[in-house]
Amino acid sequence: MSVDLDTVKRVAHLARIAVTDSDAERMTGELNVILGFVEQLNEVDVDGVEPMTSVIPMDMKKRQDVVTDGGKADDIIANAPMNEDGFFLVPKVVE
Amino acid sequence: MFLIVLESRTMSELTALTIAEARDKLKSGELTALELTDAYLEVIDAANADLNAYIAVTHERARKMASRSDERLSGGEAGTLEGIPLGIKDLFATESVHTQAGSHILDGFKPRYESTVTSNLWADGAVMLGKLNMDEFAMGSSNETSYYGPVKNPWRRRGSNIDLVPGGSSGGSAAAVAAHLCAGATATDTGGSIRQPAALTGTVGIKPTYGRCSRWGIVAFASSLDQAGPITRDVRDSAIMLKSMASVDEKDTTSADVAVPDYEASLGQSIRGMKIGVPREYRMDGMPDEIEQLWQQGIDWMRDAGAEIVDISLPHTKYALPAYYIVAPAEASSNLARYDGVRYGLRQPGQDIIDLYEETRAAGFGAEVKRRVLIGTYVLSSGYYDAYYLRAQKVRSLIKRDFEDVFADGIDTILTPATPSAAFGIADQDMQADPVKMYLNDIFTVTVNMAGLPGIAVPAGLDSNGLPLGLQLIGRPFDEATLYKGAHILEQAAGRFQPDRWW
Repeated sequence: MSVDLDTVKRVAHLARIAVTDSDAERMTGELNVILGFVEQLNEVDVDGVEPMTSVIPMDMKKRQDVVTDGGKADDIIANAPMNEDGFFLVPKVVE
Repeated sequence: MFLIVLESRTMSELTALTIAEARDKLKSGELTALELTDAYLEVIDAANADLNAYIAVTHERARKMASRSDERLSGGEAGTLEGIPLGIKDLFATESVHTQAGSHILDGFKPRYESTVTSNLWADGAVMLGKLNMDEFAMGSSNETSYYGPVKNPWRRRGSNIDLVPGGSSGGSAAAVAAHLCAGATATDTGGSIRQPAALTGTVGIKPTYGRCSRWGIVAFASSLDQAGPITRDVRDSAIMLKSMASVDEKDTTSADVAVPDYEASLGQSIRGMKIGVPREYRMDGMPDEIEQLWQQGIDWMRDAGAEIVDISLPHTKYALPAYYIVAPAEASSNLARYDGVRYGLRQPGQDIIDLYEETRAAGFGAEVKRRVLIGTYVLSSGYYDAYYLRAQKVRSLIKRDFEDVFADGIDTILTPATPSAAFGIADQDMQADPVKMYLNDIFTVTVNMAGLPGIAVPAGLDSNGLPLGLQLIGRPFDEATLYKGAHILEQAAGRFQPDRWW
């Protein structure tokens, strides 16, 4: 399979990365080289093979469903590029 | 004049000490932690403009930590790494210190918390010298994708002044260790990012079993593959550092509930009777003769030490790299969705929220990161998931099964080359033109990540240009102790390698 220019632009939008036409054109070539490389996986017979879901077999650790953390609003917004009164600032979302 | 020469010699003598040697001198009182730390800060300040290994040097913090170490040393409360100056890869969150994963999108980010691995090191008394350069978000095999520019390998071809890459993504870690700009360094490995740079710089790098070191507080790239480990000057230092870095951690649900043994105790043990597998699929077409000879040399050393050499087959080896280039970008596209220009780091203005996201990410991510995020987004997108991601995860099961089969047949460890070549030039034309050519650097290391196994790269010799080459040992899950036993045998046979100083 290979991608065309429109697909690259659509995927870039899904990934929330702005691309110019010339970016998208260059990326189309690069992505097709990579997709060509991974094509060889089609040679492998995977009938009846379970997909890997866990690298090391282990039970998922669970903890008690209680509050163990919190009260750190200042820490959480400390690195925000724009904040006000303990809130993250974003452009107007609801008209 | 005479005095200056004397002083500088003392300084390089101090920074020439391995972790084990410095540990003994600190304990005996022959050396103070502050003297050792000051010696490192001085050589970093003198060398970093040339090598670009550090992207932040924490002078004040280092001296404060060293002074506290001296108090504990004199009070008889020294930890196992008391007063040992370390470099930390920029991927580890270090409280209120530069942590940007080599990326522009984390511009100005200073975490309010400390990663579990670095917390463990500080609890054992280690001193932080600063943050080390790396490929952006650990995506690369040459350290050229860093927002902070490439790191130069302290090694050069004999008689040449051409700058070479140190490998990646932990290129800053490997270069700093090789050039003696730290006693040891933390690193991470998703497809070979500890072992490949270690091999290209004549240093020792171990990627432990998945789940051995906590991933908490390490900037995530591909969560099912990422593992932290040390890069050090020799095998003993590696054993000492991994013992401190590894832990069972409630904050990481994939941290394995397995006690951490004393790895240093494995060194010097006999490998008589050990079964060492040599996988025929690692004998690739077009592999340089020098790599082939090095591998054979390693086999001979192990046989001479009493090991039994067994020809083995890992039939799905060639599919590990293509499967990786689906799984790793898929996980990366999901992990990197958090960089949105709102919560931390860089922010570019936008007309609306979507525009803000898109402009921020376009300005903040470099070319390789964008490429991988797009591949990952594509293979996970509706209609392609089964053909790409699901198939790759099935192939991954087969790769893991290959290893399980040989271990079930009694193989204790597997010996392979670490990389398909020695260090190459910065801005190599072929690699820049074709991303897949760069990806092939990880051909011998990536299988290990796909199967979650431990792997160690040990310097084993020099090529005809005088550049270091490494061998890799692969082990059973959580059997790092056997890797250290074998790696120590290789190191004893091969000796240690140091670059001639030009910087």
